[in-house]
Amino acid sequence: MDNFLLQLLLFCTAAIVAVPLARKFGLSSVLGYLLAGIVIGPFGLSLIGDVESVMHFTEFGVVMMLFLIGLELKPSLLWRMRTPILGMGGVQVVGTALVICLIGSFFVPWQTSLALGLIVSLSSTAIVLQTMREKGTMETTAGRAVFSILLFQDLAVIPILTILPLLALSPAQGGSGGEAALLDISTLPTLWRVAATLGAIGSIFVGGKYLARPIFRIIAATRVREIFIAVALAIVVGISLLMTVVGLSPALGAFLAGLVLADSEYRYELESDIDPFKGLLLGVFFISIGASLDFFFISHHLLLIAALVISLLLIKGLILYGIGFLFRTPGEGRCYLAAALVQAGEFAFVLFEFSRSNGVLTDNIITPCVSAVTISMFLAPLFFILQERLTGRSGNEEQQREADSIKKKGARVILSGFGRVGADVGRFLLSTGIHPVIVDSDSGNVATLRRFGFEVYYGDVGRLELLEAAGAAEAELLVVTDRDTEKAQALITLAREHFPQLKIVASASDRSATYDLMDIGVSAIRRETFGGAVELGREVLVCLGFRRYEAYRLARLFRHQAEAFLPKLYHAHRRQSAAEYQLLYRRHTSRMAALLQAEGENNVGLSEKAWLASRGED
Amino acid sequence: MNKILLLLAHPAFGRSVANAALYSAVEGMEGVTCRDLYDLSPDFFIDVEKEQELLLAHDIILQQYPLFWYSTPSLLKEWTDLVFEHGWAYGSDGESLRGKYFMQAITTGSEAETYAWGERSSMPLVSYLAPQRATARLCGMHWLPPFVAAGVHFESRAVLAREGQRYRRLLEALQQCSQLEELAEKYRITDGPVPEANALDRDLLKGESNG
Ligand SMILES: Cc1cc2nc3c(=O)[nH]c(=O)nc-3n(C[C@H](O)[C@H](O)[C@H](O)COP(=O)(O)O)c2cc1C
Repeated sequence: MDNFLLQLLLFCTAAIVAVPLARKFGLSSVLGYLLAGIVIGPFGLSLIGDVESVMHFTEFGVVMMLFLIGLELKPSLLWRMRTPILGMGGVQVVGTALVICLIGSFFVPWQTSLALGLIVSLSSTAIVLQTMREKGTMETTAGRAVFSILLFQDLAVIPILTILPLLALSPAQGGSGGEAALLDISTLPTLWRVAATLGAIGSIFVGGKYLARPIFRIIAATRVREIFIAVALAIVVGISLLMTVVGLSPALGAFLAGLVLADSEYRYELESDIDPFKGLLLGVFFISIGASLDFFFISHHLLLIAALVISLLLIKGLILYGIGFLFRTPGEGRCYLAAALVQAGEFAFVLFEFSRSNGVLTDNIITPCVSAVTISMFLAPLFFILQERLTGRSGNEEQQREADSIKKKGARVILSGFGRVGADVGRFLLSTGIHPVIVDSDSGNVATLRRFGFEVYYGDVGRLELLEAAGAAEAELLVVTDRDTEKAQALITLAREHFPQLKIVASASDRSATYDLMDIGVSAIRRETFGGAVELGREVLVCLGFRRYEAYRLARLFRHQAEAFLPKLYHAHRRQSAAEYQLLYRRHTSRMAALLQAEGENNVGLSEKAWLASRGED
Repeated sequence: MNKILLLLAHPAFGRSVANAALYSAVEGMEGVTCRDLYDLSPDFFIDVEKEQELLLAHDIILQQYPLFWYSTPSLLKEWTDLVFEHGWAYGSDGESLRGKYFMQAITTGSEAETYAWGERSSMPLVSYLAPQRATARLCGMHWLPPFVAAGVHFESRAVLAREGQRYRRLLEALQQCSQLEELAEKYRITDGPVPEANALDRDLLKGESNG
């Protein structure tokens, strides 16, 4: 236990020191983690012991990341991306594997080189996605191409696991090679195995569609946050175990689960709950990669490893550039594609292990290759930087050109609360074609609204993580309709602090709430009941026989006067005595009356008289 | 019988004297559809489709309003801007108004004599109607000279009531007239002097003139 805590402290400290440093120099956090790993690893300060088991455990971060990606994608979007996924991804994996097989077979048996080709054709989902998110290039053409290829690679792990044993030169070294699972289905007849696999995938869909929602609703109603987090974690872990049992990639399972839950109202809540775990696990994972660099081995086989790394980068890079060309990615996009995906990935470690136990590869091949893979991963962030330097841009300037697709994803408006006021604000905005991210903290309300076809998410935007998950960093505007003034104030203060670009529009339940919001500097405030009340008054005038246009003008004048006078009243309320405030209020009321009653004569009437009067002047 | 669509635009009809006298004289006439625009669109929201439907169902479009700054009250401008859509009223497919008649009924504060070159109102009244004339022409409509009750501030209620009767008789004559097209031909836009206000009285009311 003590040892565990010590290790935890070490990893955290390393991250705390390295990541801010890396960011300060404009490098991605991934590079920071990797450097931290080297520093605390066996060849640095030698502070950590069992790197491999740490790495193995934290690979789980990749699973969580894919779950999150699934949550952010909608099945429809995935379907639209089917051509790049199958086309670009297919060409990349098959092409890379074949070319490496061909070149490698001059040195080693073709089976061995094909196995190597398949293994290193995969890139590092963790590094690439993390970096792209930080740089905000996910939504560019090139970014989406990168994502498509990564997705295909994740899918390709399954057939690769099937093919590898067929390439064995020596008999398997026992075991099925899969991780120790709760139960082993590899002993079952083929038919049963297929059935189990399909059943597992099917259960994700059925469970996600019909089971998850009622469960979430019950849990959310308890209003105990930890339990919700526990459920979210249980889902991800449970699916990983299920996938491992049937021999599929846990990452793929988690991705599917995320996809199924993507249009559930609990999407943002899930996202914000899982995200910190993912971040932490991936961070430690990157640190352990840094720590696992075996400098002793490398320095003894410097030439061999350099040759391996260079040929790996060259082959993958050229093929990726070619793919960009083939699929008509614009020039800079091609460079971006090549730079982003040249490295080998974390799956390689798993597959090397698998090949060893299946007698496909031997240690004298695996050891240098693992070093080469690690080095290529270490170089990955540098390639992003190199690409930026070469083309002079990070690919995200392209974002502006693609404003349309961003509008669909990163919403411009976040609407907090879909109750009495929020519902109508939301309906109005939706009708005008502005699709706000709508978050409401009443799970019962959310369920009802969903039945009416509104895309409302459950959650409390007063929490920073959820505000972030709702897209506060990219949004332009936050609409606050909470009735609870203190909550509204807290939310606004939080949003101001972390997302200074957000404009704030707020509804206030009454006059004193209006003043409270003015206290914290909100200027766009509407009193919840004011508009409705004035409209009602206008209706009364019409029923009393006023002409509609006159009633309309009186209501309009009243509204404008009230608005214009608000700052003075506020000032008096906050700075002066109650008596003075009441006096001012009474004066305002009588002035208003004078104005409105004169209005009958005033506008049209007055100019009519003026028309006559002017006549007498000449 | 020619069907008339009467569009009234008065922002303070509750206090109107002249327009009220004219309007009450023709309201309820058979074959005349009366619409009080400021009451129908107090917030300037105009149901364009509905207005266009009504236009299609009538032969004569008559806009009645008090002259404000030698022009129309603002809602009538808004109404025209929105209802006379491209592709409906004008443009290559905009033929919906073709062959209809367009006319105005106007009350003015200044007396009829002031509407002459160099006088207090600067120009003949019909000169001020150039935008409406040109609009009608662009939409393929026949423009007819306006009904005008001038100097209404100085008239007694009795006189205004008589103006109301004249207005009613003119509308009846317009409804019955089978040679409107030939009549309108006389008032096509030319580079000569503009037609007189109330010129239709001579054509349709056998020489009766503005009381
Ligand atoms: C804003 C305004 C502008 C006016 N402009 C003119 C004008 O340009 N020429 C004119 O003769 N009378 C003008 N008048 C007088 C109106 O035309 C006159 O008051 C109206 O015809 C009276 O009709 P009513 O009794 O139906 O209101 C104007 C009146 C107002 C209120």
